[in-house]
Amino acid sequence: MEFSRRTFIKGTVLSGAGFSALGFDLTPVYAQTQSLKISRASETRSTCPYCSVSCGVIIYTLGDKAKNAIPQVVHVEGDPDHPINRGTLCPKGSSLAQDIVNDRRLLKPQVRRPGSDHWEDISWDQAYSEIAQRVKKTRDDTFLETDAQGRTVNRCEGMAFTGGCTDTNEFNYLVVKSMRSLGVCYLENQARV
Amino acid sequence: MADRRTLQAEMISAHSGPAPGYGMQRDLEVCKLVDTTTCIGCKACEVACAEWNDLPFSPTTFDNTYQTMPETRWNFWNLIKFNEHQNPDGTIQWLMRKDQCMHCADPGCLAACPADGAIVKYANGIVDFNQENCIGCEFCVSGCPFNIPRFNPETKRVYKCTLCSDRVGEGLEPACIKACPTGCLKFGTKDDMKFIGEERAKQLRENFGWQNAGVYDPQSVGGTHVIYVLHDATDPERYGDLPKNPQIPWSYTVWKWLFKPVLGTFALFGFLGVLFHYVTSGPRRTQPEPPEKDGADANINV
Repeated sequence: MEFSRRTFIKGTVLSGAGFSALGFDLTPVYAQTQSLKISRASETRSTCPYCSVSCGVIIYTLGDKAKNAIPQVVHVEGDPDHPINRGTLCPKGSSLAQDIVNDRRLLKPQVRRPGSDHWEDISWDQAYSEIAQRVKKTRDDTFLETDAQGRTVNRCEGMAFTGGCTDTNEFNYLVVKSMRSLGVCYLENQARV
Repeated sequence: MADRRTLQAEMISAHSGPAPGYGMQRDLEVCKLVDTTTCIGCKACEVACAEWNDLPFSPTTFDNTYQTMPETRWNFWNLIKFNEHQNPDGTIQWLMRKDQCMHCADPGCLAACPADGAIVKYANGIVDFNQENCIGCEFCVSGCPFNIPRFNPETKRVYKCTLCSDRVGEGLEPACIKACPTGCLKFGTKDDMKFIGEERAKQLRENFGWQNAGVYDPQSVGGTHVIYVLHDATDPERYGDLPKNPQIPWSYTVWKWLFKPVLGTFALFGFLGVLFHYVTSGPRRTQPEPPEKDGADANINV
């Protein structure tokens, strides 16, 4: 038989196709893992809001805080530089991202009036003024200048103050100053920051 | 982009020949160390795993233990298994073991997988699933000696722990390791983890009276990249079905090392035969009809 140039080319192409079909793939195969989801996220140091241990956390936010970028929390994990937890977190703290990004997160003040069966939304200004009015009224009603033996005490027994675990030293200093000036002596705090 | 050094592909499922580029750099094997003797069962690793990997919510199952659910799921890769073991003297041991992919040096899932590139073992020891190449045949599920890969019927893909290959590739520790508050989880090179594990086992034997304390690093699958420190290394089954001698099913070994190359060679010979026949004899053509001897010729020519 004749072995023409056309036959040779046909054979070459066919065998090449056959080799690649049988798995002789010449394309380099490199590892394709998913990219790190926090690689360019903004890092914000914060404190876990749950118990009094006050673990340090890093909140990872989408974007680099540019003017037109709308930030969104994508991940929260422990802060390795924090002396209390050194990067670790408990299961509750590990779920902090869901505490921040949550449909049911409370974003504005609410009040339940005496005798009411539901919470109603109020504005911050209204909340501040109502709290101030109640503080004033309670202090006026319950302030004691002298105790039963006639000794000067100047205290207000009708109020107490409790602070959260993320309160800083500076905040707590202001709390003590302002509460003592009102005469409040029941002060409690779980902050260890 | 993954770090070429730590996440260099070493083996690729159903891929003929070595992984391209492998063997050009020094290997660095990573390893998780799980000290079951200091685990308190807080499940921070479970939550951290679900958080980092954006795994959707998975309902829990209460079965009279503290365990979150009976087995890992396609969207729950890291499960603390709680086990009550009764000692011969009547005392009870409450054992907690972090159950996840063991990242075997000789992975049964990869041996069983017929899809090119669906399962990749990196040179650092991580065995990772690439879901875009997965064909959902679930051979990996039956090939795994630790019962780890989980099929998602909605996406028709199989999922499991990645050892946070995205984090490790960027030089971070896996999410579970970072969260662990007691420090019972550790992460580092395989050599370091084995050293720390052996030191802890020695401490348990000499100072705490656990005569059989040891490190679980089963050699029947070539060692694993998740190793355990156990109170009693002679009986790993008590820690929630941890196999003492994990084995890849023999059918997959036969498939991969005998049938596949032999039948592939036969197929190659068959193809070469066809090609040879085509080149030497040419394509098959219809035979011309033999000319008839009577007056038909005259009719055709007219």
